[in-house]
Amino acid sequence: MKRTVFKNRWLPYLLVVPQVLVTLVFFFWPAGKSLYLSLFRSPPFGGRDLFVGLDNFTALLTDAQYYDSVINSFIFAGGVTSLSVVVGLVVAGLANQKIRGLAIYRTMLLWPYGIAPAIAGIIFLFIFHPSYGVLPYFLSFVTSYEFNWLLKGWVAMALVIVATAWTHLGYNIAFFLAGLQAIPSSLLEAANVDGAGPVRRFTAIAVPLISPVTFYLVVVNMVFAFFGSFGVIHAVTRGGPGHATEIMVYKTWNDGFIGLNLGSSAAQSVILMALVIALTVLQFRFAEKRVTY
Amino acid sequence: MNVLRGAFVVLGALAVLAATPAVSFAKTDIHFWHALSGQLGEALEAQAKEFNASQSDYEVKPLRKGSYSETMTAAIAAYRQKNPPHIVQVFEVGTQTMMLSGAIYPVYELMQQHEIRINWDDFIKPVVGYYTKDGKLYSMPYNSSTPILYYNKTAFKKAGLDPEKPPKTWQDVEAFSKKIMGTGGAKCGFTTAWPSWVQVENMHATHDQPFATKANGFGGVEGVELLINREFGVKHIGQLAKWQKEGIFSYGGRAGVADPKFVNGECAIYMHSSALIGSFTKNVKFDWGTGGLPHWGAPYKKATSIIGGATLWILKGKPQPEYRGVAKFLEFLAKPENQMAWHVNTGYLAVSNTAVRNLEQGYHFVKNPKQYTAFAQLTGLPPTPPAAMAGKKAAPAKPERVSTPNSQGLRLGNFVQIRDAIEAELENVFGGKKTAKQGLDDAVARSNNLLKEFAATHKP
Repeated sequence: MKRTVFKNRWLPYLLVVPQVLVTLVFFFWPAGKSLYLSLFRSPPFGGRDLFVGLDNFTALLTDAQYYDSVINSFIFAGGVTSLSVVVGLVVAGLANQKIRGLAIYRTMLLWPYGIAPAIAGIIFLFIFHPSYGVLPYFLSFVTSYEFNWLLKGWVAMALVIVATAWTHLGYNIAFFLAGLQAIPSSLLEAANVDGAGPVRRFTAIAVPLISPVTFYLVVVNMVFAFFGSFGVIHAVTRGGPGHATEIMVYKTWNDGFIGLNLGSSAAQSVILMALVIALTVLQFRFAEKRVTY
Repeated sequence: MNVLRGAFVVLGALAVLAATPAVSFAKTDIHFWHALSGQLGEALEAQAKEFNASQSDYEVKPLRKGSYSETMTAAIAAYRQKNPPHIVQVFEVGTQTMMLSGAIYPVYELMQQHEIRINWDDFIKPVVGYYTKDGKLYSMPYNSSTPILYYNKTAFKKAGLDPEKPPKTWQDVEAFSKKIMGTGGAKCGFTTAWPSWVQVENMHATHDQPFATKANGFGGVEGVELLINREFGVKHIGQLAKWQKEGIFSYGGRAGVADPKFVNGECAIYMHSSALIGSFTKNVKFDWGTGGLPHWGAPYKKATSIIGGATLWILKGKPQPEYRGVAKFLEFLAKPENQMAWHVNTGYLAVSNTAVRNLEQGYHFVKNPKQYTAFAQLTGLPPTPPAAMAGKKAAPAKPERVSTPNSQGLRLGNFVQIRDAIEAELENVFGGKKTAKQGLDDAVARSNNLLKEFAATHKP
């Protein structure tokens, strides 16, 4: 490691000021405000904030519906992460072949990432909606099975998982492609000489060698699924049917901005924050040991 | 040189002055945040424009802030930052929250202080009653509607049913649906919009069943509990679930998400707000009609329905003289001729009796019988307008529905979340995950918690 030495001892601090400011204003300040609000019960229009200690938290932790949203979050995040990482890796492996028109394919594979989540949700609505979707219409010719996620919770969950994973696929493919291209071709050629087929070369050489990339993507996808996946759910299911697709971040928004219960909403965001921090720490502790840099 | 520059400045200033209409000098802006879009939003803007042209002191500036929820949240945020709009449109479920917010300037007080008299007694009871506390009106009735029944006449004809006779009872709905589905007139019998508002709130009202204790919440905040898991609620929702299984009823989602099912001809009968008449007139390709909400018959009384929609609330925190303009604007909105124009342009109800009478005398309802359905259902009259309304002496129509304390409306805190809880459980019931009793029990338990929480937050 090369150590950079600054001549002026204040310059390094000056250089990190913008980043620190951004973090303070956009992360620590709102987070602090949430922490504060989570200890109060306040009417929507404000006026008299009533200090209630940990009441907002105990109310949540004794509410079965809150646990449902936690379970939903894990199912959702697990589903989105495994789907988008595994499919992303396979597609990146395929896109790493030497084929004609490669540049075009690669560009097109990245497109979904450029689509706003809400728009992605609308696209999926037009494909899968029981009333006006294209797919249920064609399905009705071959089977009487109704693809009705307006009432079937698990179908709705599967749908938002696939939709969210799809929006995030492009990001994963980009990282995997970069990782795959960094693998020295001499290794792959040596394996080829030893008689390893393309599948074997992929699983025995490429996959272990890009484990740092995989690890990074798992962490990022997980955090994204927990925190940033509001758009698709809002556009497609709005947390329903029942509360089958109500993940924690959706419930936090719904209780705060629709239900106007700011105290509970703040408490939920505090729990969510703690959970994501814990998850990330855990992943670094345990999963990172299996990563070879 | 300086003289020249001075001349330019004066010239520039003159040019600016010339570009602005002279009247805007003294005009005070009145900010009006609302949630209406499309055709409805245009009608609202037209109203504001007309008011602005009618006088030279105030300029009402409408601004759409998104959905009802978004508009309310925006107004709350603005109020907390001490820069609220003068007027904000709030949906009926936000009524209790607004009343107890301490942030509002009640309409009766505003009008009193500015010595503008509006004859509120002339307003339709079920509408004014929803927003009145201790005999005093808190917000200005604006866009009110009530759920009615829409049906596909073409599908009715195909099934050999009389296209001029909408189903009157739930038994009719079942029988008609089976006939229609049997003849291929439609894939499903009926569907509904706003599941809680139509199938729970209004079904309780029209069958004279209480929705909540303490006179549906009108009697106070403390200790209010829902009553929708009793005999009637369980029977009605249980029946819907059974019909869902048989394909007679096809659940299509919350709010107006089920619209395509009716508009595309998938379901022959649809229960939705009367405010949809305008949009259906434009967008529905087949022949359709309207009728009152179906009833289960004896032993239940046949009662009037309750309203939905929104009212205008006046927020505190503006300089006192500006409120005179707000009062003037409300006076303008209350005039019968403006009420009539609003009704004709949007399909929302005209809410003063004078306006309704004028509409009758102008044959409006005879020419547009669909628009009469909602009035009839709210006031208890039969759903078809008497043909001889204009001046001729017709025998006064005999009321068909009674007005009871259970059909006056609902006043609940945290109502937005309560609706959400009810609709989520309805989905569980229609999806076969829970029985009607289980689902409604769970909805009641959850809602009672929300009511308790609201009472604790709003302790006097």
